[in-house]
Parts: sequence; structure tokens; C-alpha cells
Amino acid sequence: MACQKLAAKSNFFRSNSMNPAKPNPPTFQELVLRLQTFWAERGCVLQQPYDLEVGAGTMAPETFLRVLGPKPYKVAYVQPSRRPADGRYGENPNRLYKHMQLQVILKPPPESVQELYLESLGAMGIDLRQHDIKFEEDNWESPTLGAWGIGWQVMLDGLEITQFTYFQQCGGVDLFPISAELTYGLERIAAFLQDVDSIYDIVWARDPETGHVTRYGDVRLADELQMSVYNFEMADVEKTWKHFELCEAECKALLEQYANLTKSQNPRPVSPNDGETRTGHPASEKNRFPLLAAYELCLKCSHLFNILDARGAISVTERVGVIARVRGLAVGVAKAWVDQQKAESPPEADTEPDKAVGEKRRLQVVSSAR
Amino acid sequence: MPDFLLEIGTEEIPARMIAAAQEDLQRRLSDLLKRERLPAAGTLVSFDTPRRLSVIAREVPASQPDLTEQITGPAASVAFKNGQPTPAAHAFAKKAGVDVSQLERVTTPKGEYLSAKITSKGRRAAEILAESLPREIASVYWPKNMYWRKPSERFVRPVRWVVAMLDDQVVPLEFDGVRAGKESRGHRILSGGKVAIPRAGGAYVEALRSEKVLGRREREQQIRRDLDAATRAIPGARWREDKSLLETVVNLTEWPSVVLGSFDREYLQLPEEVLVTVMRDHQKYFALEDAKGKLLPNFLTVLNTDGDPQGLIRHGNERVLRARFNDARFFWQTDQKHPLRERVAWLKSVTFQKDLGSYYDKTMRVQRLCSWTCELIRDAGLPVRPGVVHKAACLAKTDLTTELVKEFTELQGIVGGLYARVQDLDHGMPDETRQAIAQTIYDQYKPQSAEDSVPHKVEGAVLSIADKADTIAGMFALGLQPTGSKDPFALRRQANGIVRTIAEHKLPIGLARLFELARETYRGGEAEKKFARGVDFEDSLRAFFRERLEFYLKEQLGYKYDVVNAVLAAGADDVVDAVARAKAVNEVRISTQSQGLPGFLAVCRDFKRIKNILEKAPEGGSIEPSSFRPELLRDNYELELHKRMQFNAKKSTELIEAKDYVGALGWVYGLNDTITQFFDHVLVMDEDPEIRKNRLALLMKLLKEFSVIADFSEIVTEGKS
Repeated sequence: MACQKLAAKSNFFRSNSMNPAKPNPPTFQELVLRLQTFWAERGCVLQQPYDLEVGAGTMAPETFLRVLGPKPYKVAYVQPSRRPADGRYGENPNRLYKHMQLQVILKPPPESVQELYLESLGAMGIDLRQHDIKFEEDNWESPTLGAWGIGWQVMLDGLEITQFTYFQQCGGVDLFPISAELTYGLERIAAFLQDVDSIYDIVWARDPETGHVTRYGDVRLADELQMSVYNFEMADVEKTWKHFELCEAECKALLEQYANLTKSQNPRPVSPNDGETRTGHPASEKNRFPLLAAYELCLKCSHLFNILDARGAISVTERVGVIARVRGLAVGVAKAWVDQQKAESPPEADTEPDKAVGEKRRLQVVSSAR
Repeated sequence: MPDFLLEIGTEEIPARMIAAAQEDLQRRLSDLLKRERLPAAGTLVSFDTPRRLSVIAREVPASQPDLTEQITGPAASVAFKNGQPTPAAHAFAKKAGVDVSQLERVTTPKGEYLSAKITSKGRRAAEILAESLPREIASVYWPKNMYWRKPSERFVRPVRWVVAMLDDQVVPLEFDGVRAGKESRGHRILSGGKVAIPRAGGAYVEALRSEKVLGRREREQQIRRDLDAATRAIPGARWREDKSLLETVVNLTEWPSVVLGSFDREYLQLPEEVLVTVMRDHQKYFALEDAKGKLLPNFLTVLNTDGDPQGLIRHGNERVLRARFNDARFFWQTDQKHPLRERVAWLKSVTFQKDLGSYYDKTMRVQRLCSWTCELIRDAGLPVRPGVVHKAACLAKTDLTTELVKEFTELQGIVGGLYARVQDLDHGMPDETRQAIAQTIYDQYKPQSAEDSVPHKVEGAVLSIADKADTIAGMFALGLQPTGSKDPFALRRQANGIVRTIAEHKLPIGLARLFELARETYRGGEAEKKFARGVDFEDSLRAFFRERLEFYLKEQLGYKYDVVNAVLAAGADDVVDAVARAKAVNEVRISTQSQGLPGFLAVCRDFKRIKNILEKAPEGGSIEPSSFRPELLRDNYELELHKRMQFNAKKSTELIEAKDYVGALGWVYGLNDTITQFFDHVLVMDEDPEIRKNRLALLMKLLKEFSVIADFSEIVTEGKS
């Protein structure tokens, strides 16, 4: 119903020029399926969306934590991304509070990563010979994550459809190897393919039996409207601040405990008897330490900050300071995570001669790359 | 002799970086060839696209010429003892690669030394290039680079292939893990991919052309041709020339073509500034206008492909533009819900600078500074409308709170002006006043660059100057003046803007006074508590603005450095006056020189001589021009000099007061003969200390009285300047 109304309203935005229709454009869900299939066939793990509020696919641990450290990894997933300040009560045909990204991480990037990417456009049904594609400089940076990279916005007939980034740093940690991050803006691409001027007019699904069409607006309009109301008008500023502070404090406490684990591990002599009764090897103590939980708390802070920001509760002066607080958490988690990953692979360096270690590590990397 | 080709194939290089990097690479290869005695015939040829930087060197010697050198070794007395070679002789022979018996002797002023002729075989060009080029490639400067393989290997984007050939032979170099070969790549979409390069030289360019890759100049020509052709579809239309946009699209394409698109006429109701910003800055489209310069509902976009037979690309671009314009219109309409006057209070929550407070604080200060500046202008009898400036200053920053400026930050000021034009600023305000206020707000950030114009009206000039002076004064007081290449707040650019605006509007605003007033607006405020201690506000600002004024006179008005130095040494506070003096000195120097009149340069030489004498005189520092006593003059020549000085000083002062600096300068260089006579016949350093001191005082008086327009001793009188 809501969508009907909106569709009528959005005639205003409709194209008046002739529509050189693309034959059988994919529905929104077909688009997702095609991209997922494409990347699965190229060795990516298909992950499911992360189940916490995040502002971008980059913030999901599948990117933020996986790009750290030496282990190769390839993953693709859809990430609903919430940006409270971008909400427009479902009234703006181009802007959403929550949009969907299809996020691909290739670590390390293969030499042909750009060609692979272009192939994926073909998989969506875009014949590149009929379109104009450009890679235009656009470096990506996230101050809240202490992350940045070098790359492009990929322009298709004047529309930015993908952010293509070579990650250089994440959580303040220099990356080695680096990762390529491909972030497809699904709504934009779907609207382009289906040639509609409003996101809400995108065909999400078409029932193959009845031909019944479900549009983006049917699925998501209520979400956009209600969450805009909440984020801009009703979110309780005081309580949101309190949530923020609680999450921040807990995250900090966890990080501190992890740091103590590292500190206490070295100086404390372990007597043979003592060792058996205690929780075990320090390495395994580290391994079971819930840094993932600390990261979730950091993500919550980030989202709560975004709500406060949308609510107009953070002055420009405060803004920088709060961003720095969240970044502090993200950087803390990233550093600890790198340390934890090292602890996970047994500390060969202590027991084996250097050369052998080198050999073995190389073998490990090679085998896991395959 | 073989031709050499180097092509570095990369992923898309940022458009803004290509030209400079290409130049750098060409210079590096050229220097390397010269350094290695492998000079190419003629200049090197560059070829670049977003995906490659290439250089072709014609007729490079296949090998270095052999090099014969005579080298000198140890002293003969050390190298031979009793006719027998010592270890020193052996060592030298070994170093020279000859037998001890082949060592020669040379006689030098220091005695006899051993000598040897060594011939080094010239190395092959391929070997040298393979060895040295990777370092040169790695040293190419990029404003921002990255790593993808090892953190130590950095380049602008990943390097994917390298072609290095001497004629048809591969030069076996390796860069960042890529081995050079003979295979290049064609256009991403239009070509099959890999392109075999048969040989270095023209064949390379031809091979790429057949795979839909053109060099930079050809692309520019093609784009211009296509823009013209596409524009012809609309009678009477022309595309808006835009050099930097053209450069950008040239550097975004390998095989360009142009498509004409259109948008609904109803969007023309949005201000042209907004439409053009969206098209040019955000979409890289060229705007079209009619014969009268009015914007048309069309645009031109440059593609990196060979056309759009089905109209799909045009359709897609029109769709994007429509969405952008809808956004802009949405923002415009939303913003009208709260007129600018309501937004003044909102500025309290917008930080200007963390120690200098909010934009509201800034607004209050700038308003006061504007009032005082208007007074200065009125006191000098010049027209200005303080009421207009005051209201404009009040609203100037309110557009920072609008959605439109948040989306299009480059339109700050302009949006404020546009909104003021259509809003009710005050009840019963005449429309003419409102338009004047709107224009003042609109122009507040002018001039944005050396190419941009200054504010159109004096009211805009006052606001622009006051706004910038407020920022500069605050930053200097905090101790945050620019140092070296660090100028994060662009204070230099802002100061340049002040200097130019004062000069072009001929405003009677002394810089010291302006900043005294600007500093005054901070008095008693919160910001003042943050001001750094021990900062010499006046001195550092004086030095800072002297540099800016120097920059303006030299770089923008084109005066020679010595004229500028001479003029500024005589005063750098009154910008308008300094410009007038520089103009006069320059004019007099050129006209006297072209007429073969020696007077001006001669008097400059005299002034330099006088300065030297005064500096060297033992009592130099203790003498005051006021201690001069005419009754002590005895020599005719000094009496004559004094007489002429009195007369000429009177004449020149009158003319200076009438601002006739060229005329006044005539009375200065008219002194030349008399000064020459004086020096020819009078010994300044007389034995009698009284007379000596008096003569020094006379010279000092001369310098003082005749250096009002410029310190002529700064003018270069020898050789060319």
C-alpha cells in the first residue's frame, strides 16, 4: 500500500526520455544471487550479513579483522549498512537510512583483480561494450576505524557503482599482505539495471508462478520511515549516551584485561605444579579471550555515536573527540587481534632455528592460499 | 643506433597526477642517458594514458663509448725506493689495471707523481638501462602512493606490465616484481587485451592506436572535435570552455568520444551556480550555453569508449544527473523552511576553530571589524554602505548550516548570496538593498585563487578583508602562523586575497591598523585566553604581509625583484601606495634606460655608495641627520649639494603629496650630477672630526629625504636585472 502511494508520487522523478530497455533486468534478489554465485565460483567464502548494526561492510569482522595479519582469505557477503543521518523518512528517491552493500574481500588481491571485477559486471548482465566505464581516483578513509586505502570509484555511465579499495591500513595497523575491497552499491546498481528513478520502485522479487512483483518499497519503506523518526526525533539522547558509555567502558575493560594477560605472561615464573592447576598454557588463555566481543562493543559504540549525531546531540566540537574515542577502541582491538593471531600459531620462533621456521611459515602460507 | 622504448603499465592513475609524473619520468630517463653517455638524438617523446607512462628515446647509442682516462697516483718518491716499486706502486698499478712497468710519470707543481692511462670499455646500453631504470622509475614523484606487494615498493597504483625495448630487443629490467617484455595492453573494453609491440619508436604508437589507445594530445584534439560536433546538434549553442575539466577528461580516457545529453527545462529554475557545480565538479560534464551565455538544458559527457549507438550511455548519464538535480532541488526547498536570519543563532554550534570559538563568535567579531573598516574608508572620503556590510556580515556564515552547502561545500558563500537574494532579510527592506547585501555575501570568499576576481563592490571587499583578517589575526595570536610548506589554514592564500582586494579596490586601509583592529575584536573574549604568550603579533604579521605584498608585486604585477625590494624597504603598510610607488619606479627605470639617460641608475649607484660610506664610517651609528649644521659647510661643492637637496626635496615632496611619483622621481635622479661633482671634489672623511661628522650627517639627510618612494640602494645597477 505504502509503496503504491510512493510510486505515484515518484512519477515526478521518472524519466521522460525513451527507455532503451535492457532485456530482462535482474530483480534485486537475482542481482545479489548473481554476484554471490560469481564470487563463490572464484573461491570466495559466502558469508551471511553480520548481525549487528554497522555503517558499512568494512566494519563487519569479516573485513575489519580478516584483513589483519598474514592469513590469505577470500570472502563475499551482503551487508545491510545503517547510517542514521542519511535517513530521509522514505521520501527521497536516492537516499536511505539503511542500504545494502555487497562486500568482497580478496586477500591478497590477485594480479587480475580489476579484470575479475569487470567480469562480475558482466555476470550482473551489463555488457561493457555498450557502456562507459571509468576508474576515477577515490581514496577511502574511515576515521572511526583507523583504516584507509587507495583506490577508485568505479563509474558506469556517470553513476558510481562500486568503491574499489586497496587497503593499506586497518585499525592503525599496516597491512601485509594488503587486501582488495570491492563494495558494490546494490540499490544503485539495481535501479540502474531496472531503469527506475526511485530506489523504492526497484523490483525486489518476481514470483515465477504468478508474476507477482514485490518492490523495494514493499520490503523496506516502513523501516526507512520509522527508523528516521526514531533516529531524528525520538531516540533518547541521554540513554543513548549512557549506552555508549557502557559499551565503551566494557570494551575498554576487556582490552585492558587482554593487555594484562600479555604483561603477566612473561615475568611470572611458572612452577611445574602450579601450571597444572591453573587455566593452562598462556597461549590458549589468549586464544579464548573474547576479543570478538570487544569488537562488537566497539561497533555498538560506533552505531550509537551515529544515532547521537543524527539526533543533533553532538556538537561539531565534540564530534572529533567522540570519533577519536571510537577509533581508540577499534585500534585497540586491531592491535590485540594481531597479537592473538600470532599466539594462535604456536610460538615456533622460541624453539626452532630461524631458517626452519621461515621455511615452515612459507609452506603454511602457500598451502592456505590454495 | 637503436630506439629505446619504456612503458610502465599500471592500473588507472589518478587523472590529476599523470602530467607531472610523465614529465618527471621523461626528465629522469633523459638525465640518465646523458649521465651514462648514451645521449638520444633530439628530445625524448612522451606518451601517456591513464594506464601507462611511456617514453621513447630516438637513436640511443647501443653502447657507451670507451673511456680513456689519465689518472694520477702516489708521488714518485713514495712509489719507488731505490728504483724499486714499493707496495704503493703495486697498489696503484692494480687499481689502474696495468702492469707496474706501464706506469708513467707526470710532473706537477707539487712534484713528480705516478700516472696511468686506463681505458674502460663502454658498457652496453641495455645493461645500463636494465640496471639503472628501476631506481629511476621508483623515484618518480607521486602526491600519494601505495604498496601492493612489499611495503618498501611504492608506486601510484599497482604496476601490471612493463615494456622496455631497444629496437626489437627486450631490455631485461624488472620493476616491483614485473619483468619487462614486448607486450603492452590495449583499451580495457575495445581491444582484445594484449598488444605485441614490434619495435621501439613509432611502431609502438601505431600498435596502440590499432588497439584503441591514443596519446594525450590526440585525445585532447579528438575531444575538442567531438565536443564541437555534438554541440552543433543544438542551433546557436556552444560548450563552455573549461581548461581544467578538459584536462581531467583527457586524463580519464584512452579512446574518447562525446555524448550529448539533456535535462528537463524545469531544472533551469535552480541557480546556474548549483547546476554547473553538479555538472562540472560532480559529473565532469561540460555545460552548454546559448549565444547570450545563458545555460541550456543540455550537457556533454566524455566517454572512454567509441560511441553510444543505442543511446544507453546517454540515458544512464541523464538518469544520474536527474537524481543529482532532484537532490539539489530538495535541499534548496528544505533550506527555505528556515531563512538565513533564523540560522544566525545556529552558528553557535558550528565550530570555526577550536580555540577561536564558533562561527557565531566569528560573526560578531567580523561585524565589528567591518564597521571599523567602513569608518576608515569613509574618513578617507570614499563611498561605502556600512549598513549593507553590517547585515551581510551578520548573515555571511549562515549558509554553513544549510543542506545545500553540506552537500556542495564548494558553494559556501555563493549559496548564502543566492538565498539572501530571494529571502526576506528584514521587514520593509528595499529590494535594491537586499540585492546589495546578497552580492556582498556572495562575494565574501573572493578571490579564491590568483585567477579568481576580487569582490565586485567595495562592500564585498570590506567583508572579504574583514573575514580573512579575523582568521589570520586569530591564528597568529594563537601562534599558528604558517611555517615552511605547512599552511593548513591557507593563511597565505587568504593574505594574498587581502592584499589584492585592497590594491584593486584602492582602499585606504593600512595593514598594521587593520590587524590592530582585528586583534581588538578578540579583546576580552574566550579566545583571548588561549592566545600564545610571547608571540610578537605585530612583528610576525608585518613580516608575513611584507612577503605577501612582495609576492603580489612580483608574481601578479610582474615587477622585478630589486624594484620590489626597493619599494618595500621604503614602506610596506599601505598596499595601494606601495603599488603606486612600484609602478613609478619601474616606469622611470624603463623609460630612462630606453632613452639612454644615465641619471636614474647613476643616482641608485650614488645611494649605494652613500650607504656604504655611512656603514663603514667609524662614527656612522652615532650620527643623526638632525645634527647637520649648514654653517659648517665650506666647500663649494658641498654647498651646492646642500642647495640642490633643499630645492629638490621641496619639489619632490610636493609631487609625492600630489601622488605624482614619476614626477617626484625626476627630482630624485636630478641630483645625480651634483652628487657626482660632490664626490669628485669633496673628501667626506675629512681629518677634522667636526667637518667629517657634518658631511656624514649631510649624506644621511640626503638618504632620508630622498628614500620616501623607494630605497634606491636596492636597485641593481650592474649588468642585467
